[in-house]
Amino acid sequence: MTRTGELASTTTVREADQHHGADSPAAPSRHPVRTEEDLLSVRHAVRAATLSAGFSIIDQTRVVTAASELARNAYIHGGGGTLAIDHLTRHGTAGLRLTIRDDGPGISDLDRAFTDGFTTGAGLGHGLGGARRLMDEFEVHSEPGAGTTVIAVRWASR
Amino acid sequence: MNGRPSNGVPILRLGDVLVTGLLNELDDKSAVAFTDELTTRISTDGARGVLVDISRLEIIDSFVARTLMELTTMARLLGARVIVAGMRPPVAITLVELGLQLDGVETALNAELGMAALGWYQSAQPPQGGGRDTDR
Repeated sequence: MTRTGELASTTTVREADQHHGADSPAAPSRHPVRTEEDLLSVRHAVRAATLSAGFSIIDQTRVVTAASELARNAYIHGGGGTLAIDHLTRHGTAGLRLTIRDDGPGISDLDRAFTDGFTTGAGLGHGLGGARRLMDEFEVHSEPGAGTTVIAVRWASR
Repeated sequence: MNGRPSNGVPILRLGDVLVTGLLNELDDKSAVAFTDELTTRISTDGARGVLVDISRLEIIDSFVARTLMELTTMARLLGARVIVAGMRPPVAITLVELGLQLDGVETALNAELGMAALGWYQSAQPPQGGGRDTDR
């Protein structure tokens, strides 16, 4: 579709660079996102992590769905990558951080990439913006040619 | 790959209605194969309705949503009406937050209500014994 040539304007979104000194009660895990089968394995791993973090069924569904969108993005647009899951706690609240990294072409226009209905692939164009709405914290680091990293956190709702 | 039962998702025929469902483990290739098989079956079986039970789906991401919407449109072009039945409540909540409304996809709370919408009614009495049909 329209891959506009706005490559000159480097898009780097850098919100809070580090997360609030969260410690990790459970071991982090890292999963490849290289094949379609990996997309299913990633879902299983994220589901298991939401269960062990004590997330409600709705939060489980939100996080697994967001992970599925982000992993698919990395697989389709980024040519594959990895997904890491970290367990967090903050003031006694459990959280999960998903870090999805790919070495693809990067996102040249992040604002458009967040827009519902914008797609360069086979989805519905709701992947990035939709995943952001499903998570509590969401950052994208991307530069054309240098891959994309998405860091998304969800805290257990009480 | 050209064998009929693709990926273990059975498609049953009840009169002019096809009954099938999506499994949680559906990967992308299987989803495409399923859509292909279902449209073929609508045509060969002359189906006028399709019930797709999704009560096993623990998540619907934008890919599965797209599959359901495309399948519905293809079926409609072939003259068949699709009802997607049994969505889990957390899935419905998540879909809305994702921004997906499954436009154009008819839904039912469960398979039974979906079948009723397609013209199948549960009879009040158990069906009569075989071979004893009378005109009354």
